[in-house]
Amino acid sequence: MADRLITSAKELSNSEYFYGHRACAGCGGSLALRLAMKVLGPRIFVAIPANCMSATSFLHPQVAFSVNCMISPFPATGAVLSGIEAGARALGLKDYHVVGFAGDGGTADIGIQALSGAIDRGDRVIYVCYDNEAYMNTGIQKSGLTPYGSKTTTTPAGKNFPGATGRKKDMFEIVAAHGIEYAATASIGYPEDYLRKVSKAALCQSTSYIHVLAPCSTGWGFPVEETVEIAREAVDCGLWYLAEYENDEFVLNKMPKEFTPLEDYLLKQARFRHLKERDMEHIVHGRDKKWEKILKNWK
Amino acid sequence: MDRPKIVRYEKPGKVENYPCGAIRVGTLVQDNAGWRILKPVIDHGKCVMCLRCFLLCPDGVIDKSGKILEIDYRFCKGCGICARECKVEAIEMVREGGDEDAG
Repeated sequence: MADRLITSAKELSNSEYFYGHRACAGCGGSLALRLAMKVLGPRIFVAIPANCMSATSFLHPQVAFSVNCMISPFPATGAVLSGIEAGARALGLKDYHVVGFAGDGGTADIGIQALSGAIDRGDRVIYVCYDNEAYMNTGIQKSGLTPYGSKTTTTPAGKNFPGATGRKKDMFEIVAAHGIEYAATASIGYPEDYLRKVSKAALCQSTSYIHVLAPCSTGWGFPVEETVEIAREAVDCGLWYLAEYENDEFVLNKMPKEFTPLEDYLLKQARFRHLKERDMEHIVHGRDKKWEKILKNWK
Repeated sequence: MDRPKIVRYEKPGKVENYPCGAIRVGTLVQDNAGWRILKPVIDHGKCVMCLRCFLLCPDGVIDKSGKILEIDYRFCKGCGICARECKVEAIEMVREGGDEDAG
């Protein structure tokens, strides 16, 4: 159990609680789960809805989790977490964490009401959303967190459409608007920052939420060894940000002096390779507007 | 090496032997080694034990319990994140099966 802030690999235990899963090689989501569980330690109860992590780790008789874990109904991660927490409390258990790992679709689309309910009740649970920006498990369909211009099977790019045309929901701010005790965004490209945020969430007395960007090489279309690099570049080019929300205030953790060229990040990925000049401009415009707001209102 | 063991799977002979409700977690019956084309090899002379590979392996196959880092090749999928992220370039991705299979 994390009782202090963990910020480096040296402080992590050597034990693995998520081992032998069948996720694709170089999977960002499995790295996000693995690191969070290493920080929280063996005394955890895990709930995961339908997502790649449940699909690749419960292949009977193989179970990749070595902690208590259950698959929740798709829309009910938050509710199941509350239930587990109530059960553990009723049994008088001590030194445990209840953590849920949902994907972007399971959080921002399908599971949003259960999450909202859990935050409203204020149960001591940790909700981790690993964001790979589409429904990857079912074959790359657009979710509420798919960014503009991303090619998915339900938003194919062609002559008339640049792929997904919606904007990525500000899930972090939606959660923060509940007045949650602690919420944060992270990226597996900055693992130390992510470890610190998970251990901070573990110290909370009520609900906490972590939104971690976890690239998917299969869905995004980049070589498997570049997962961490892409996650880092997403932050460096300004399309993702590292921030925290606590005590009713937003705090920006990493202020990029200068954004790296957006084209470098986008054109590395097959899902963006079709983008034309004007689509790029649209994305740059969206990014700059977002950052203007961030710099004005956040610390 | 301090990594979970693979156990033999006994097929339930009768219907009543099939699991119902909860099943035992941490049961591993099969490895993932067959997924791999390239295999990471650590040059321990160059390795500075910064643990970056241990931190960033999606499969957690790098063991830090010993004096040197060890890779659990049973579950390494050969993604190459460790080699890519190693700051001192101490990890090399080597083709499985040796040179004779390379063509």
